[in-house]
Amino acid sequence: MGRSTPSKDAQALFHSLHSAYAATPTNLKIIDLYILFAVFTAVIQVVYMAIVGSFPFNSFLSGVLSCVGTAVLAVCLRIQVNKENKEFKDLPPERAFADFVLCNLVLHLVIMNFLG
Amino acid sequence: MARKTGILVLASVLLASIASICDSAAIFNPISDAHRSAASELFSLSDGSFGSLEETYEALRTFVVLGIEKEPVIRTSVCASVAETLSSPSSALKDLFQALRVNGILKCEINDKAFAEIAFRLKDSVNAANLLLDFYHSIGGLMLIKDQTSEVDVHLGDADRIFRSIKALSQSDGRWRYSSNNPESSTYAAGIALETVAGLISLASSEIDHSLVATIKNDIMKLFDGVERYDDGACYFDEKFVDAHGHQDPLSASSSVVRGITAFATATEESLNLPGDKIMGLAKFFLGVEIPGSAKDLYHQIDALACLGNSRVSVPLILSLPATVLSVSRKDQLKVRVNTVLGSSAPPLSVKLMQIFSSGSKDASVIDQELKFDPDHAVHVLETLPKNIDVGKYIFSFEISLQDPEHKKRYITGGRTKVPIYITGLIEVNNAEIAVLDSDIGSIEMQKKLDLSGENDVALLANHLQKLRLSFQLTTPSGKAFKPHQQAFLKLRHESGVEHIFVVGDSGKKFEIILDFLGLVEKFFYLSGKYDIQLTVGDFVMENSFLRSLGHVELDLPDAPEKAARPPPQLVDSYSRYGPKAEIIHIFRSPEKRPPRELSLAFLGFVLLPFIGFFAGLLYLRVNLKNLPRSTVPATFAFLFHLGIASVLLLYALFWFKLDLFTTLKALGILGIFLMFVGHRTLSHLASVSAKLKSA
Repeated sequence: MGRSTPSKDAQALFHSLHSAYAATPTNLKIIDLYILFAVFTAVIQVVYMAIVGSFPFNSFLSGVLSCVGTAVLAVCLRIQVNKENKEFKDLPPERAFADFVLCNLVLHLVIMNFLG
Repeated sequence: MARKTGILVLASVLLASIASICDSAAIFNPISDAHRSAASELFSLSDGSFGSLEETYEALRTFVVLGIEKEPVIRTSVCASVAETLSSPSSALKDLFQALRVNGILKCEINDKAFAEIAFRLKDSVNAANLLLDFYHSIGGLMLIKDQTSEVDVHLGDADRIFRSIKALSQSDGRWRYSSNNPESSTYAAGIALETVAGLISLASSEIDHSLVATIKNDIMKLFDGVERYDDGACYFDEKFVDAHGHQDPLSASSSVVRGITAFATATEESLNLPGDKIMGLAKFFLGVEIPGSAKDLYHQIDALACLGNSRVSVPLILSLPATVLSVSRKDQLKVRVNTVLGSSAPPLSVKLMQIFSSGSKDASVIDQELKFDPDHAVHVLETLPKNIDVGKYIFSFEISLQDPEHKKRYITGGRTKVPIYITGLIEVNNAEIAVLDSDIGSIEMQKKLDLSGENDVALLANHLQKLRLSFQLTTPSGKAFKPHQQAFLKLRHESGVEHIFVVGDSGKKFEIILDFLGLVEKFFYLSGKYDIQLTVGDFVMENSFLRSLGHVELDLPDAPEKAARPPPQLVDSYSRYGPKAEIIHIFRSPEKRPPRELSLAFLGFVLLPFIGFFAGLLYLRVNLKNLPRSTVPATFAFLFHLGIASVLLLYALFWFKLDLFTTLKALGILGIFLMFVGHRTLSHLASVSAKLKSA
């Protein structure tokens, strides 16, 4: 090994991460993509709030919590669907998806009520 | 506003003093045009008639007495009704009587045969009757037939027997009973009985026993002994009996008695020797009613007065005055009018002013001056008022003396008539001055003469150590000091609207008020500044009562100590109290600061970016829909599953836009069950497929 520049180390780290992630099953990648989508949407709303102020505050909260909430639910789904997790070995992914859909519908009912 | 208050004060004081003077003396005016217009109003036609025949008779009788022509309007319809009642064999006795009464006035064309039939019926019922009203109606009916036609024989044969059976109903106090079973006696019934007896005397074919007639006369005297009397000389017959017809008021009872004695006196053609003051009192009672409120009362009043007006008993003469308020400055003459109760002219007579009672003092000055008769206006005039008459209220006492000794028997004058008279005049205001005095020595600091007949505008300065003095004299037209009844007020009005009213005292010769400001500072709430001065002097005999602004005084009062009372809040002006209220201005929350439109739209675009990124990522991962079931039934369920989710989201959107929570939850319940079912079918199908793959 010997001395190496931090950028190279970082590059190597990213590379290894990327290659490790490439082995992830496609359905998990879709969930990850969905999580990213939700988180970015939440971030954009926070930025908007930081620029113009929090006037319709409940609308802002609804928007952000809708994104965060669905992201959290997606994370839960990912945990249950992942075959590496022995804990949920006996749980079929279809059942996990059904939970995900149900929780999303309940969450959004509350969000819509709160939206004003 | 201030002026209005002053006028109100004046008016209320005037009313109070006028009310206090009306004690024993009272004026009764004869029947006038006011009664005629009231009669036209009270007896108004509804559907071309006055109602029942009884009401029609009362209306027609009143109109005849008052001289109102109304017959042609109703003649046809009323005559038809009269003819129908008279020709019908089933008509009640009372209806026959009323129809005959109406016919007596209208003189409808009824043939003698009909009259003869009715007379036959009436004679039968007279012989069979035992109730007072039956006697009254049948004998009254026969009397009316006698007046209306000479062809029919209406004479009653057994008059003495009928007389006795009517007399059996009389009571010891002069009143009568309606029937022998009813022990209650009534004054109204007494009047009816007298009328019936009078009718019987004129219908009797042979002379009635004199002793019987004498007992009736005795009854009348007893009836008059029980007459009630008011303070002003009015007499009336009280009615204690209450029957189903409601004849219980003194007016109808007195009216009935007057009708009865008049009829009786006419029938017997004898003098009843009734006390003149009671007849006069009855006339005063009927006139004192003035204009009654109901048609029935008006009939009773007018009919009774008509009986008194051409009574064989005695005709009361009523003394009335066109004006009881006389002005000495205008040199008004005292005029007296003497009429009969119905307003027709009196026989030649002379009126003397006997005495003048001054208000407040019991002693009267005896005048004994005859009034001059003015034949053009039919009034007696006192050309000059007696010398010692000054402004004020008096009671004049008049006496009527008839010139013809024959008339003295026929007419009654009621002795001396006392009439309240108000003498007014212009009051002179002299020596008015207003001054500011130094408190300790009383030396005059500032003095101004005032002319209270015109406008004044004095400007005075004073501090709390000084006094304000206002004095003036009032003189009557005859040169005496005039003393209004505590009706001189001084008003000080501060700029802020706080008012103080003081009564100007009367020291016998002059009116004077001294305001010591030292003692008044607290009352003035320590308010320094400009005070407007206003003087009010008034009396009901003072023709030139005034309310004048005198100017103002600038007061310099010490500062208020801390505990001093605050001036009371000023009363809201009554005009503004009921006027429009001040407009209510609503203060709304200012709208929140909104970002520029462009920025918000830009961020809307930014929010969509991750969504696009999500789709791009999906494409990058080469996601496909190959896992969708191929066979028809699972595919349908899968499609329905997605459709269900879409519809729930759509429902949420609707919830946001327009629906309420309850509607949404109901719809969501139904959709949820559907979604559960199809979701379960779809996902279990997928699970079974993947399980098969695994096992394979």
